[in-house]
Amino acid sequence: MLFEALTLQLGYNATLVTIGAALLGITAGAVGTFLYVGKRALVSDAISHATLPGIGLAFIAMVMLGGDGRSLPWLLIGSALSAWVGLLCVSWLTHRTRLTEDAAIGAVLSVFFGAGIVLLTVIQSMRAGRQAGLEDFLLGSTAGMLWNDAVILAVGGAIVLALVLVLHRPMALVAFDPDYATATGTNVRRTELAMMGLALAITVVGLKVVGLILIVALLIIPAVAARFWSDRVERVVLIAGGIGGVSGYAGAAMSASAPDLPTGPIIVLMAFGIFVLSLLFAPDRGVLAVFLRHRRFQARVHVRQGLLALAQGQPIYERLTLRLMRRAGLIRADGVATETGKAQAARALLDERRWEILRADPRHEWAAARYDGLTPLERVLTPDQLVELDRSLGPEGV
Amino acid sequence: MGGGALGTEFVALSLPPLLIGVCAAVACALPGNFLLLRRQALIGDAISHVVLPGIVLAFLITGSVAAWPMMIGAGMAALITVVLIEVIRRVGRIEPGAAMGVVFTAMFAGGVLLLEQSDTSGVHLDVEHALFGNLESLIWLDAEGWASLLDPVALAGVPHELPRMAIALIVIVVLTYVFWRPLKLSTFDEGFAQTLGLPTGVIGLGLVIVSAIAAVAAFDAVGSIIVIAMFICPPAAARMMTNRLEMQVAWSVVFAVASAVLGYVLAGYGPVWIGFDNAVSAAGMIATVSGVILAVAAVFGPCRVREGAAAG
Repeated sequence: MLFEALTLQLGYNATLVTIGAALLGITAGAVGTFLYVGKRALVSDAISHATLPGIGLAFIAMVMLGGDGRSLPWLLIGSALSAWVGLLCVSWLTHRTRLTEDAAIGAVLSVFFGAGIVLLTVIQSMRAGRQAGLEDFLLGSTAGMLWNDAVILAVGGAIVLALVLVLHRPMALVAFDPDYATATGTNVRRTELAMMGLALAITVVGLKVVGLILIVALLIIPAVAARFWSDRVERVVLIAGGIGGVSGYAGAAMSASAPDLPTGPIIVLMAFGIFVLSLLFAPDRGVLAVFLRHRRFQARVHVRQGLLALAQGQPIYERLTLRLMRRAGLIRADGVATETGKAQAARALLDERRWEILRADPRHEWAAARYDGLTPLERVLTPDQLVELDRSLGPEGV
Repeated sequence: MGGGALGTEFVALSLPPLLIGVCAAVACALPGNFLLLRRQALIGDAISHVVLPGIVLAFLITGSVAAWPMMIGAGMAALITVVLIEVIRRVGRIEPGAAMGVVFTAMFAGGVLLLEQSDTSGVHLDVEHALFGNLESLIWLDAEGWASLLDPVALAGVPHELPRMAIALIVIVVLTYVFWRPLKLSTFDEGFAQTLGLPTGVIGLGLVIVSAIAAVAAFDAVGSIIVIAMFICPPAAARMMTNRLEMQVAWSVVFAVASAVLGYVLAGYGPVWIGFDNAVSAAGMIATVSGVILAVAAVFGPCRVREGAAAG
């Protein structure tokens, strides 16, 4: 069943939903990267919670106009409008009052959500509202989705993705360095507006699939995970899009394959799994890489100190140092230095003496700043400079 | 309010939820003041999301919906969240907001999935309950009027959320009072507090734990949404009123009580006044009222603008 789902053989609707979720994931990952780089990741939390009153009001308006209130496009338009109002509130509270942005976000998300819940209870007491199924928007539900809705989802995802492709350069610039962007003639305000507009569009398109409580995860988690893999913003955007796409695709497919697997949570947990893998195993920034780098550094310090002790004829007691030096063939099992060991110890001592002289000489201030007890001086000075330095080594030089 | 609204019916049906709402609101607003000033306002948001996986796990382990295992489960989840956020923030060098977003959404998703996967059909445990709470249903059937407040037999039938919430509130008030000076110092000038020898890290963690206690005690009765609103809105509105912390805390308590009372009354009686016959969600209405109070304070409050900024 899972295989059929992953290869899109579970019927038109499931296929469309899966493709739509993948497109949604890609766009959310990409846009989320700009939000994350601009340190505004949680604004999307306010946006998504602020959609609820709009959904409720749209439903009530449709019922009052004689419809059954369940037309997805109108519900989405309502949700977009109220999310926009929420966004304006966040921005007003942040810029015009003393509240910080996080407080503004929290205030807007809780108040709008609360108002939305009031509207939901109003709807429940209306005759047409008994079967409204608006609760599906909280956690997303793709089961029993209509063909038209699935088309809206897939087309919406594709449109937002196209917009991201068009706008990605100015958005990256503004997210990273608004001052530089202004100086180079980018319209920062309009670009930020576009960024927020895209986040809003993703939220609205994702409401039916992931639900409004979890859509924020799709904007944050892929971006944060991708950040581990690269320092270049274009690549982070691509990787985040990839992570989001894979999570959306696999999550939607898995959820279609079994009855008790709600779409939104599965997609989010998929993305979280990728995040954990990135956190642990990413090269350079991952936990494993940092740990290995630390171990290598530790080993170098220990060996260096061991060599200096050897050169000065002092005994070594420290276990790790002994083990490392034995493994490198610098000392024998009984602790006596080998020929290589003696040679390297002499070199280490010479290097240390040279550094000492260099650091005492104010003319070499710039070079002395690079002293870390590990870097050989040959890497800092030219051979000519070394020769000159060695002159002051004096008779006790090696 | 109709006839007899302040009589037997009021004591039995409205007084307990009203008191629980007020206790919950104040219990959340007190630590909220400090969270707001420390720019940790969204911790309340994160904690109230992870309460769900906590209670679901507690239910799966103990097989019951008794209060204590649930509270402990929720408390554990809150603690794990705070620790996880800190670990991810430090290990991955990720900004706190994003680290928070990663952790609480993933844990909430896990909670929903667990809930869907497990058989909870026989018990009252669902996502909506965790979000909106169930304030209206906390009624006191044994009450026969105001006199019942002095009758030990009738008092035994008070919904057990009320004493629990009251105890949590008392604990929080006492803690706030006892640790007032260190809290104030470390909130406004962490460096100075450190030079005085105050353990600022412990104080920060303690504040988060107290917030978690408030959130966990409150969510069962009133749902996550009020918890988030009460952590942020009353303190934020109070911040617009004054520059003094003492006054801010006092205002926030006033606003919290006002939100709870007005919200409950509007939810219960408001629809009747305008001709509907069903009440609306009290939790949602309390959050909405707190938002209205914040909006009014943000427009008219005497200290609404950042010092040095142009008046809006």
